Amino acid sequence: MNMHMQTTRTPAEEALLEAFSKLSTGLPGNGPVAEKRQEAVELLRKGLPTRKVEAWHYTDLRRLLSRLPDLEATAAVTARASILPDSVVLSVLNGRADAPEEIEGITAATSAQKLADGTAAALLGFEASDDTVSAINSAFAADGFMLDIPAGTEVSRPIELQNLHAGGQTHTRFAVKVGAGATATIVERHSGEGEAFVSSVSHLDVADNANVNWIIVQDQPESVSHLGRINVNIGQHAKVGLFVMNAGGKLVRQELRIVAAGEYSELRLRGINLLAGQSHCDVTMVLDHAAPHTTSTELFRNVVTGRAEGAFQGQIRVAREAQKTDAKMACNTLLLSDEGGFSSKPELEIFADDVACGHGATVTDIEKDHLFYLMARGIDEKTARGLLVKAFLAEVIEELEDESIVDALETKLDAWFAAHG
Amino acid sequence: MLEIKNLHARIAEDGTEILRGVNLTVKAGEVAAIMGPNGSGKSTLSYVLAGREDYEVTEGDILFNGESILEMDPAERAAAGIFLAFQYPMEIPGVATMEFLKVAMNAQRKVRGEDELKIPELMKRVRAAADELQMDMSMLKRPLNVGFSGGEKKRAEILQMKLLEPKLCVLDETDSGLDIDALKVVADGVNALRSPDRAVLVITHYQRLLEHIVPDTVHVLYRGRVATSGSKELALELERDGYAGLVGEAA
Repeated sequence: MNMHMQTTRTPAEEALLEAFSKLSTGLPGNGPVAEKRQEAVELLRKGLPTRKVEAWHYTDLRRLLSRLPDLEATAAVTARASILPDSVVLSVLNGRADAPEEIEGITAATSAQKLADGTAAALLGFEASDDTVSAINSAFAADGFMLDIPAGTEVSRPIELQNLHAGGQTHTRFAVKVGAGATATIVERHSGEGEAFVSSVSHLDVADNANVNWIIVQDQPESVSHLGRINVNIGQHAKVGLFVMNAGGKLVRQELRIVAAGEYSELRLRGINLLAGQSHCDVTMVLDHAAPHTTSTELFRNVVTGRAEGAFQGQIRVAREAQKTDAKMACNTLLLSDEGGFSSKPELEIFADDVACGHGATVTDIEKDHLFYLMARGIDEKTARGLLVKAFLAEVIEELEDESIVDALETKLDAWFAAHG
Repeated sequence: MLEIKNLHARIAEDGTEILRGVNLTVKAGEVAAIMGPNGSGKSTLSYVLAGREDYEVTEGDILFNGESILEMDPAERAAAGIFLAFQYPMEIPGVATMEFLKVAMNAQRKVRGEDELKIPELMKRVRAAADELQMDMSMLKRPLNVGFSGGEKKRAEILQMKLLEPKLCVLDETDSGLDIDALKVVADGVNALRSPDRAVLVITHYQRLLEHIVPDTVHVLYRGRVATSGSKELALELERDGYAGLVGEAA
């Protein structure tokens, strides 16, 4: 399946292979880890995917990621205040993890350690030949954090995995194992300054009856290519609230690979994509309902301004044995510019016969009547538009139960509007 | 205060002419009623006054305190003191009513060079106005007009009007959808706003509202023109004889 075999390599394809030959001996891990890296690079040798590869139809990676920045960061970077109050911050600065802070009841290690001792080998690799994000990250992943939350632990403080850079190329890997009945809130945050190429892959393994909130906030500057992925496995009666906010980046691909593996498991996925300037943002989800009585809801709200382009691909697969699956997906876009665009591709593959599945997608402009009503009360047009755009997004945020999360996300929204509104 | 001169306006989208030379003067302190059969242009007149984009003024002028407002957008007109109480107030999900009131009041205060209202003062004013209109404050925790009944929406419009203290109040069919008790409450709210430096334009199909908001002048709009004008007795005649006789006479 070498669908993306190319004859001449782009500068970015060359740079990836060069980077590997330069870095590989210094990357953590031998034996199985090194073998996985080697396999990943073999895939990259065949070139980056183009729009002819279905999974990359809306994001022609070969064209969009035409060149890479230098390997090294251009400056030092320091950790930032957490998004949620009173969080434990675990930071990766310019691709290197700080020694993890002691968190009561949790085992934490850097990914560099786990790769070096080989225990993280099983996390590396890729699903198929179109799984380019996993492949790039498997080849280069150098650091990050791996946490183990034992069964029954209620982690009282949010944990923020903070991935910051000042340019260059960084490849991080995060993994959190949540034991049976445990609860936790994790923030995965990607930001930085300068021209950078970032890949980051996370693993969230949620055991039976556990309850996890995982919030991804990406607000890279418009000089960053960001490839992200999270792999989520949800056990029996376990609940996962996954929130994705993209509010920056030049080229962004965020993949969500989720398996509702245990009976009665629940996923609540919410997302906001804010697109401005000439950015390209693609959120691609593949969700397997693999067991009976599983429930999922997916709701994305997107705002597109300027010449930005966005895409949402949402694939829900219901296995033959996953009877009584209940899945609802929606993707609504506010298109504020004639030059911008957003594509939405929902896909349902249902092999069970007793299920309730639905999806819907809309692309609209601001309601003229609503704008007139607000202006007729003396609110100037810019402010009125801002209120209506926020209102469109507020519905996704306000239903979150945790006030501090609502406040934190609204603060991020305000920052984006201040810069782009 | 308000001078409408030979006003012609059409629907922007298809060019249908609705107003065909309206002439009307409303003085400060005056309550003027605009009556007329369906399709006579009453609501169009209210929208054109507020500056709705869907209508195009092709001829004539609207002077507010001596200055033309035709080049002003709806927000500028509102800040200048024109308030339209909508016949069908829009439901706007996601916009919290209190937040909306705060933004609107402060936007107008800013234009007038006044300080921003802080939350406690704002709450005090909103609570006082809501009490007078017998509105439950819990309604104001909902998104703007969302899930409000027809009557609640009309009360919410009058609440906004009280808080924004406009110079010219335009009430578009404020009585529609109100039962008699609600009608009295709303009328009392409007009457409380009557003052020598404020004018009110009451647009209505029926005389019923005018029993509670007693007008100084009554004007009948017919086929996009003021067909006849008179005192409050004109409204009673219309109630008794219908529009047919009067407009026949005028035509």
